[in-house]
Amino acid sequence: MNKADQFSVYDSAQQRSTALEEIRAIFQYRYLVVQFIRRDLLTRYKRSVLGVAWTMLNPLGTMIILTIVFSRVFGANKEGYAAYVLSGLVAWNFFAQTTNAAIVHLVWGGSLLRRIYMPRTAFAVSATGTGLVNLVLSLVPLLLVMLVTGVPIRPTVFLIPVPMLFLAMFALGLGLLISTVAIYFADIAEMYQIVLTAWMYLSPVIYSYEILPEPYRSWIMRLNPMYYLLTSFRAPVYSGQVPDWSEVLIAGGISFVTLLVGWLVFTGKADEFAYRV
Amino acid sequence: MNLHTAFSVSEEEIKDQPQQIAIRLEGVGVCYRVASERIATFKEYAIRLLQGKIMHRDFWALRSVSLTISTGEMIGIIGQNGAGKSTMLKLVARVLRPTEGRVVVRGKVAPLLEFGAGFHPDLTGRENVFLNGALLGFTREEMEEKFTRIVDFAELWDFIDVPMRNYSSGMWARLGFAVATDVEPDILLVDEVLSVGDESFQRKSFARMQEFRDRGATILFVSHSMDMIEAMCHRAAWINHGSLEAIGNADEVIQEYRRSQTS
Repeated sequence: MNKADQFSVYDSAQQRSTALEEIRAIFQYRYLVVQFIRRDLLTRYKRSVLGVAWTMLNPLGTMIILTIVFSRVFGANKEGYAAYVLSGLVAWNFFAQTTNAAIVHLVWGGSLLRRIYMPRTAFAVSATGTGLVNLVLSLVPLLLVMLVTGVPIRPTVFLIPVPMLFLAMFALGLGLLISTVAIYFADIAEMYQIVLTAWMYLSPVIYSYEILPEPYRSWIMRLNPMYYLLTSFRAPVYSGQVPDWSEVLIAGGISFVTLLVGWLVFTGKADEFAYRV
Repeated sequence: MNLHTAFSVSEEEIKDQPQQIAIRLEGVGVCYRVASERIATFKEYAIRLLQGKIMHRDFWALRSVSLTISTGEMIGIIGQNGAGKSTMLKLVARVLRPTEGRVVVRGKVAPLLEFGAGFHPDLTGRENVFLNGALLGFTREEMEEKFTRIVDFAELWDFIDVPMRNYSSGMWARLGFAVATDVEPDILLVDEVLSVGDESFQRKSFARMQEFRDRGATILFVSHSMDMIEAMCHRAAWINHGSLEAIGNADEVIQEYRRSQTS
């Protein structure tokens, strides 16, 4: 065995860009990311009777409640509301769960980070991976509901990986940003829960943004990145349209910038984590 | 006493080692920023910030430490509690980046961490072995190759597909130890872990350490047991209040350290 060739040399003075270095490290540790995703999926489903089915049943249940509430109580009898709300919930749940998991995993992993080296982004990256698996699974009930309620499924549905990628990039970037702060302050995770609730009601998840009165409508469109992400997620599935390219461009741009900023901030601070966690 | 003979090193053995540098610290310092009061929540921080009452104190856990360790060397690290011994291991393990100075490490580093720190109780032994291996930076192929050996060593074939919540603490430790020591590292960091566990467990871990040494691994060994360091290490480094007080022949450094403790 030619050991000398395998020697990896670590030199703390060799300060290449930490952000680029982290990309290399996360690729090298890709098996760890796979194992984290596996652990998250296994531990979530192992001890429940219905197992994987919960991923699909959870948004279905919320969808049924909301459909009843909105169509009966508010009388807003929008055609295909069930499919509309479900497509929004599926995307929103992915976003909320992924960002949350990124924070929780990093804080939980603190005890490991103090003992051994691993790429610190592994927690957020694997949280995004777990979220993506769940998101793909929950497309099954979405398509079923569309079939049952008579919302046509068009070939544009095959465009769905693009908005999914944008959502994933946005969630990863934001998850990295917030977990950087959460390392320093324990109550950030709690505060984020409240922010998420408010954010959901400010996004066209359970309502269509057209029902909003005018001044609010354009403000939400302008300031809420989730508006673009939700719209471009819904377009190919629910509406059966090729999404408006300008909205796709905005959604992609927002996602890319968020990921870039999150990655830079997180990796810039990551060396301090072991001093803090 | 038989420990003594097992680990005592002849002079020729040391000379035969290729004098390649495995670890080099150059004027290394680690500075913790300690808030005079611990501020753990953002709410508190915001209040303090408004009151203008955030005060930090710099605490140097290590300062101006320079030393080189050759490949295949086994070096003991001694000093009082809080002197900075563990901080030094963390620098070598890449867990901490030095505030000042430079750390160069050649080869794969394995910390003999508290066994089974990364295990998840809901996963089976098999699943945990692969998860823990990934934490140590191994690929799937590497872990598949190691798996049989690990379970053989832990003697846990009957329970390997049982969730680890059903393991006794002894079984848990055995599996953790088997994974942690099947890594064939170039550099092994041992931080006092051998003092835990029963006698047979300690004997087994000594045997493993000896194996590592014979294979040519570099070992950094932190311990409060001077007898153990005297028996096992060629050299010792004494760290006192964050700086390197003495380094050299193990016997001499230990004598010096003992003198300082009694006076």
